[in-house]
Amino acid sequence: MDLKSLLLQKKSPIVKKWCDVVLSTYPQQSQKFLRKQKDQFANPVGRTIFEGIESIFDELLHEANADKIALFLDNIIRVRAVQEFSSSQAVGFIFGLKKVIREELEREILKEGVTEELGAFDSRIDALALLCFDIYTQCRQKIFDIRVKEVKTRSERLLQMAGLAYELPEDYEHPGKGGDLKEGQVNNKC
Amino acid sequence: MADIPKSWKVAPPKAWKLTTPEELVKDTDHRRYTLGLEKGWLRTAPDVEIKPGMHCHAALPKRLEDVGMPNPRTWSVMDEDWKLPKNWKEIILEGFKDRLERFRSFKLFMDICVRCGACADKCHYFIGSADPKNMPVLRAELFRSVYRKYFTTAGKVLGPIAGARELNIDVLKEWWYYLYQCTECRRCSVFCPYGIDTAEITLMGRELTNLLGLNIDWIAAPVAFCNRTGNHMGIQPHAYKDMIEFFLDEIETIIGYRIEPTFNRKGAEILFITPSGDVFGDPGTYTAMGYLMLFEALGLDYTWSTYASEGGNFGLFTSNEIMKKLNAKMYAEAKRLGVKWILGGECGHMWRVVNQYMGTMNLDMAEGSKMEEPVSPITGTKFENARSTKMVHITEFTADLIKHGKLKLDPSRNDHLKVTYHDSCNPARAMGLLEEPRYVIKNVCNNFYEMPPNTIREQTFCCGGGSGLNAGEDMELRMRGGMPRANAVKYVHEKYGVNKLACVCAIDRAVLPNTMEYFVPEVDVTGVHELVANALILEGEKERTVDLRGEPLPGMEDSEDV
Ligand code: SF4
Ligand code: SF4
Repeated sequence: MDLKSLLLQKKSPIVKKWCDVVLSTYPQQSQKFLRKQKDQFANPVGRTIFEGIESIFDELLHEANADKIALFLDNIIRVRAVQEFSSSQAVGFIFGLKKVIREELEREILKEGVTEELGAFDSRIDALALLCFDIYTQCRQKIFDIRVKEVKTRSERLLQMAGLAYELPEDYEHPGKGGDLKEGQVNNKC
Repeated sequence: MADIPKSWKVAPPKAWKLTTPEELVKDTDHRRYTLGLEKGWLRTAPDVEIKPGMHCHAALPKRLEDVGMPNPRTWSVMDEDWKLPKNWKEIILEGFKDRLERFRSFKLFMDICVRCGACADKCHYFIGSADPKNMPVLRAELFRSVYRKYFTTAGKVLGPIAGARELNIDVLKEWWYYLYQCTECRRCSVFCPYGIDTAEITLMGRELTNLLGLNIDWIAAPVAFCNRTGNHMGIQPHAYKDMIEFFLDEIETIIGYRIEPTFNRKGAEILFITPSGDVFGDPGTYTAMGYLMLFEALGLDYTWSTYASEGGNFGLFTSNEIMKKLNAKMYAEAKRLGVKWILGGECGHMWRVVNQYMGTMNLDMAEGSKMEEPVSPITGTKFENARSTKMVHITEFTADLIKHGKLKLDPSRNDHLKVTYHDSCNPARAMGLLEEPRYVIKNVCNNFYEMPPNTIREQTFCCGGGSGLNAGEDMELRMRGGMPRANAVKYVHEKYGVNKLACVCAIDRAVLPNTMEYFVPEVDVTGVHELVANALILEGEKERTVDLRGEPLPGMEDSEDV
């Protein structure tokens, strides 16, 4: 039996344990709620984890389409990026999958001689972690961008009124090559 | 080869630790969450670690001096020493006692919780953060435990066995941290079988900590400004008027002629008051343009006031007395101008103050005025619900106009929009305003989709930035709190293609655009009267090519005017 079939066979306990890994990063008193409340609107964090982890696992086993995986990961990471976690804690749950697989398939891996395949699958998990890291960084960057933008929108009208906002005239020609602005870039407000 | 000198072996800095992946997931710091939820009393352990991104900045001393609040000084939340008065504990306990006597609800809410847990998972901050201290029952327990210790016999005698705990500096800091992780939205109270309103406990808690000067600047600054110039931004009358003139310019380019509202006009029938956020912050400004166009279409006998230039009242988040003081200008101005009643714009907490407190709090200010039970001059409808306060919500007013066929509307102008409606906490839960905004939206837009039932109406999720928490520095907190709302918006976006989130609250309009940008960037935020004005056909207007934001209307993309 190849590794893929083994993983498919044990999909349910693996996914469950991997979800547990993610849940275990939350305070103990809240884990029951995250696990039990099945309504996706009453418990968006918990449901996103359960649905996301299963979909990611499926995708890893099959196409491993990075775009699709990124969508599921994004749902999970976007919240973790603003929750009570350090950066490593926010994305570290990915590595839990390696451990879970070894726990679940310890004997089978040796018996079926799929260690090489497992090595390759591990690299997929590593790539997943790197993807997570990218998403996490984008989320944090977004938070900073939003903060800057918020300051701007709050004062924009006042600045305009006070004649302090600088707008480029409509017929302004953007500088050509070598200028500060590139094609398609607008900088009509400061 | 020479040995590498020992001194080269620099130990990594203490904060850095090489961790195995297993440790990574196991080692999450849960020190803050040591609560005994097992059996019996909910034991709270004061071991709070205040984190950046999760709290607002301390108030500048000047703000407190301006309104005569205690202990003005420069201090920082992240400092160990909060520069409290020496007798801070007495001040708090004295204040606690005083409030237990003055506010029956507070005393009741301290006593009657049976810890059934029905409220525990209903708070948007708990749902978004999974921090157990954001369970409303535990938030309140932070106070109840101290209440038991000092104000109940069992607590005095039995101490921790009766769920009582000493008040010390760590407890105080923990109070403060979690008081400002509650938006006073009252969602939890909807689910409590006893009607316990944790928002009121937060209100009292903030009053108490303010006795020590523990105010936040995002609340204290608007209060100080409002106290002086009548609005949160400290805008003076001429600048307020200039800003509205600016809207008139923009409206002129859209409809082809200039409209001329009046300011501080004595003898007007109606005084119009709206939050200053509508006048100074996008996208609320488009809603303000919407009001102006609606009143023009009606030929309404109304006036703006540059003194009562703020509907919002951050006194609600400060203290009973300050709330009363800031609110008083509404009736005082109505009396001065001799109007019959007040029409109020789209605001959230303003309506909590108006609907729940204003009548009993300040009606004496209106004595000898011309104020009477509001009647729509266009339809003749009596607003009996506003008989005591003399103040009507603009969506009630507009819904009534539409019902009587008094507005010429072309909803197809909003055909590029797929709209959903966010019930702002206060209008929904504090005044039961559920149908009117929906009725208005459905009459001015052809595409309207509701979010799931457990996220709207009485059960609506807070924007995550109410009650003075919409500062910039607490962005993580706002995002955690806004997550349940965003999650429901995301659902209707994915299912129906919703691209507009309508609301009737100025804080929502300031907070939700950012929450959307983070979680559902395809969805934009609008006030209801922006949608109304887009659909509204004014007599003598030129053919419209753009909406209030200057974007081409559907089918007008190639028009020359665009
Ligand atoms: S009032 Fe709102 S923010 Fe405060 S505890 Fe209740 S649900 Fe949470
Ligand atoms: S629902 Fe009411 S009685 Fe039950 S725990 Fe919450 S506050 Fe207490």
